[in-house]
Amino acid sequence: MTQIKALVITGFGTNCEMEMSHACRRAGALSDVVHISDVLNGSTRLTDYHFLNLAGGFLDGDDLGSAQVESVRLKYARIQTSGRTLFEEIRDFIDRGMIILGVCNGFQALVKTGLLPGNPAGKRRVSLSFNDSAKFEDRWVRLAVDRESPCVFTRGLDRLFLPVRHGEGKFVCDYNGTLEEIRTGHLAALKYADESYAPTMDYPSNPNGAVDAIAGICDATGRIFGLMPHPEAFNHPANHPAWTRLRELPEKGEGTAIFENAVEFLKGII
Amino acid sequence: MPYRIEVGLKPGLFDARGERSKRQILRAFPDLDKNIAVRCIDVYTVDGENLEDAWIDDAFCDPVIQDIAVNTPLTREFTWYIEVGYKPGVTDNVGRSASYALHLITSRHYPVYSARAFLLSGDLSRDQAEKIAGDCLANSLIQYVRVLDPQEILEVKPHISVVSLNHVPAVHEVSLELDDQGLVKLSREKTLALNLEEMKAIASFIADPEVRRLRGQVGLGEKLTDVELECLAQTWSEHCKHKIFNAEIDYRENGKSERVSSLFKTYIQGATRDIRAGAGEKDICVSVFTDNAGVIRFTDDYHLVFKVETHNSPSALDPYGGALTGIVGVNRDPFGTGIGAKLIFNTDVFCFADPAYAKELPPKILHPLRVFEGVREGVEHGGNKSGIPTVNGCIVFDDRYLGKPLVYCGTAGIMPVEVAGIPSHKKDIRPGDLIVMSGGRIGKDGIHGATFSSEELHEESPTSAVQIGDPITQKKLTDFLLRARDLGLYRAITDNGAGGLSSSVGEMSQLSGGCLIELEKPPLKYPGLDPWEILLSEAQERMTLAVAPENIDAFLDLSMQMDVESTVIGSFTDSGYFQCTYDRKTVAYLPLDFLHDGVPRMQLSARWEPKIEPDPLTPVPEDQNAKLEEILSRLNICSKEYVVRQYDHEVQGGSIVKPLVGQCADGPSDAAVVRPVLEMSKGVVVSNGIIPRYSDIDTYHMTACALDEALRNYVCVGGDPYHWACLDNFCWCDPVRSERNPDGEHKLAQLVRANKALYDYAVAFSCPLISGKDSMKNDYIGPGIKISIPPTILVSVIGTIPEVEKAVTMDLKSTGDLVYLLGTTRKELGASEFFASYGIVGSSVPKVDAETARARYRVLHAAICGSLIESAHDLSDGGLAVALAESAFAGSLGADIDLNEVACEPGMNDTEILYSESQSRIIVSVSPEHAHAFESVFAGDARRIGRVIPEQRLIIRSQNNRVLIDRDLASLKRSWKAPLDF
Repeated sequence: MTQIKALVITGFGTNCEMEMSHACRRAGALSDVVHISDVLNGSTRLTDYHFLNLAGGFLDGDDLGSAQVESVRLKYARIQTSGRTLFEEIRDFIDRGMIILGVCNGFQALVKTGLLPGNPAGKRRVSLSFNDSAKFEDRWVRLAVDRESPCVFTRGLDRLFLPVRHGEGKFVCDYNGTLEEIRTGHLAALKYADESYAPTMDYPSNPNGAVDAIAGICDATGRIFGLMPHPEAFNHPANHPAWTRLRELPEKGEGTAIFENAVEFLKGII
Repeated sequence: MPYRIEVGLKPGLFDARGERSKRQILRAFPDLDKNIAVRCIDVYTVDGENLEDAWIDDAFCDPVIQDIAVNTPLTREFTWYIEVGYKPGVTDNVGRSASYALHLITSRHYPVYSARAFLLSGDLSRDQAEKIAGDCLANSLIQYVRVLDPQEILEVKPHISVVSLNHVPAVHEVSLELDDQGLVKLSREKTLALNLEEMKAIASFIADPEVRRLRGQVGLGEKLTDVELECLAQTWSEHCKHKIFNAEIDYRENGKSERVSSLFKTYIQGATRDIRAGAGEKDICVSVFTDNAGVIRFTDDYHLVFKVETHNSPSALDPYGGALTGIVGVNRDPFGTGIGAKLIFNTDVFCFADPAYAKELPPKILHPLRVFEGVREGVEHGGNKSGIPTVNGCIVFDDRYLGKPLVYCGTAGIMPVEVAGIPSHKKDIRPGDLIVMSGGRIGKDGIHGATFSSEELHEESPTSAVQIGDPITQKKLTDFLLRARDLGLYRAITDNGAGGLSSSVGEMSQLSGGCLIELEKPPLKYPGLDPWEILLSEAQERMTLAVAPENIDAFLDLSMQMDVESTVIGSFTDSGYFQCTYDRKTVAYLPLDFLHDGVPRMQLSARWEPKIEPDPLTPVPEDQNAKLEEILSRLNICSKEYVVRQYDHEVQGGSIVKPLVGQCADGPSDAAVVRPVLEMSKGVVVSNGIIPRYSDIDTYHMTACALDEALRNYVCVGGDPYHWACLDNFCWCDPVRSERNPDGEHKLAQLVRANKALYDYAVAFSCPLISGKDSMKNDYIGPGIKISIPPTILVSVIGTIPEVEKAVTMDLKSTGDLVYLLGTTRKELGASEFFASYGIVGSSVPKVDAETARARYRVLHAAICGSLIESAHDLSDGGLAVALAESAFAGSLGADIDLNEVACEPGMNDTEILYSESQSRIIVSVSPEHAHAFESVFAGDARRIGRVIPEQRLIIRSQNNRVLIDRDLASLKRSWKAPLDF
């Protein structure tokens, strides 16, 4: 059986590469953390991997808006050896049937390069704007999973409890037709939810005012998935903010399920 | 023709930043019309030509949510347009990123200058708009402001903030053949901050014929150059040499006199020496007092590195930039320790005046609310963007911090015990190794940083006074250097902080025995800097490295590949000299031993005359419920959730005990636990203790209590009391007597007493001091007014927990659990929060009984390891009443408590038992099934004072069996959360 190989890209302000890679390994994949300069100089090639991870952080300081400069980098910077752009490489990676997970700043990058919702690829149709509070906030949120979503990462899950840590996470669409497309395609795999796990617009359960309470979306194939909450930060049962109140600690952190689904899916196709 | 670009949210989208700015404006100007509207837009000025529209759109605009306007206003629908941008030379991170984005697109370099515009609508005069801009939106030290009406904006010109110095760099000789008055004048005029003795020592050095002969051999004259004089002043500064901590002190108390030769060596280093000698094989110290941070053992494979710094003066001038520079600056200390540590968490403690301060402010002092918000945001950006979790901290309020706010920033790191077979905690530099500077470029930033802040600022030279840190440049630098470290590409590393290259290379050169710096080599932000400025600049985000010649090509290649600038600026030698050249001509030639050991010892005197003001009769509140809510609403006790939530406390994925805990994740945690190695169950524990109010009675007990508070916080979450270490951070008011400072002898006595306590209690607790810092001039002197901060010590404790799964939090867990109080309650309300609420100080300051406390902490740890404890919470500000309320509402469970069961001194009344701040006390809750085992391990030291009840109420019964307090938890929590719910 082929070993699943995950690639976690870091550098220029990415911060969550270590725990992202740890979560991939916990899920059974081999995982490499690679600086983006090693991708740009051609020494690391996406063709050697099955699972691309874009981790959280503050790429280029998010100085022109979250992941704005990253979208410029993916579109314009060329790989030294091939002369192609990173965007073209990622398109090929997707066309080969591989999968991509973007968390927080990685989600922002997927959205701003138009890889999500991805129809057509490269066109920016949704965005992640400033939280309604205008504050960066670190808090744990309940998430309801759309069971009808094509998303391969959330298969078999009903709900999740994960931390958000962002200042620009409010999901918005360019116009209502896009939102309709997301609804009918069940692309919004994750929604911020209240105590009964029903999607909510109420702060702080919905921490940023996201349209339709959207916390994460996938493309129509379900293989590209971006979300604001951090599944990699719930890699151990004692990451839970109230774990000392639980009678029995679960065996592992809830966020690991996202990565296990990814590995499981890849095992099925490779 | 430059481009002027405005970008704003599309109409109809909620402008969250504008709304937040409006809230801030209305908080600062409560009398303004509440119906004003504020819209926030971004402004970029691109200096260049031939940009295609599509490139501008791709770089600057998010078409889903934003509109963009080039060389025309985005809108004229406003009453006032207020543009705030940076003055020339001030770090502009957004401008830098924009320039980088355009480079990615065009491969050409376009300078970009960023600004933010606030579009105010409403009934506002130009004067009001300008006042809002000056008092709330901009800091004139570093920023420019322009206020325009809808007509004027049509004529607006691009604002280009370029530095043009028009200066030909030169080296000047300085004559020291002056009389005493002349030497003092020279020191003051050049902001050297050297006293007469020190100036004389330098004058006699340069007068030595042998020195002059040797200087002649390298082409230098008989006078010192400005490069040399500035270098000496920097190296000999209080900031770098800790002259007060190393002074000879004559200490007098009760007619008895005692000589203290170096507070640092006697008490701080002395404590660690004695503890290590007693610990034998169990000694956890690896590297103490010798490097940028302290190093202790963690596991067989890893060491922990920890450092806490202060950044007070810069934060007083520009709270945002000062605090941001403070946090990214202290990051470089563990990063520059040994051969470099990976950073695993930050901890921050702030001391401010009341943010609702309503009296008139002395000149040059910013309003405490502005200081609070600026510091909060600076640390937010510095910590969050660097990907280092902020796991612990606190905020202390006292109006004397109006004189200077205190901004303590700490960072811990982890390093493998060995990297490529070489011990990681040591630096090894050999003659011939190259001096390399990596990271940012050099500008006039922070020149004379150590001394400048005590002076009147010059309006025309703001860039040299205040800096803004750049977390992304530093992140790229640390990514690169950790990789270079693991590849073995360098031999030693240190950071460029105070004193810049003068300090970093000066210190490193002691390891090889000399250095030669070529001052024309370091890359500059703009031309026109004099050689001495290049040597002393405190420009941020720079590390200095020693690289073996055989590795230099690989080092520079990797640096370029990872987009980090690295430059060879000289070499280490064994000449015995600190030598600098500029264009191949020697401009500095100082013997290392004179540079580092030539400074004369200060001779100081201290006199302790305690002011005894006996405790008054304890006031007894008529309504104990209302009093408890009032105490919970005091600034030093109330919830700090507003700040804590804005700091990422779980990046890196190892968060175990967070700063906010409990059923609703809003209870105040005693300490933090993190798991820095995700494959391991062993954790790191960090806590702090700070109680400056007690200095009003005696700094000896203030210090003892700060240490005890940090330690009991630490043990409450499960920290191992056999594996702990601490850092001391002194922030004092000027302890040197002078005309301007007549009570200097008293303040020095307070400093001596604090040091004595630190020695006594660190030894008694077997808790080694591993690093620290002192900041000695925290006073404000204005026209007819002097404000001195209360003497303040922050004790930061770091240690381990064997298995993180055993960690304990402070919230009550289950109905029916039994509540115990550990320790004895004494009539110690002196300088308590309760007394302060009546404006009383008193004299009965809490005293620490270290022997019983240490035994208690060890037993508690054993009980936690045996899973006997459900919750543990330390008693500090506000005593028993506050701790019970916090544990109850954090757990969303009530408690029924009987004061008859509290072990206390005879004769104490109910109020005294509720609010005494006696130290070393902890409340714990225990499940009934473990009660027997728990009581037997504590053998009498634990008193059962009540139980956890399902009702959402805190009930406290008096000694004569009345219901003293009965309040619902929601109401208590509301009072506790209200004051800082911004």
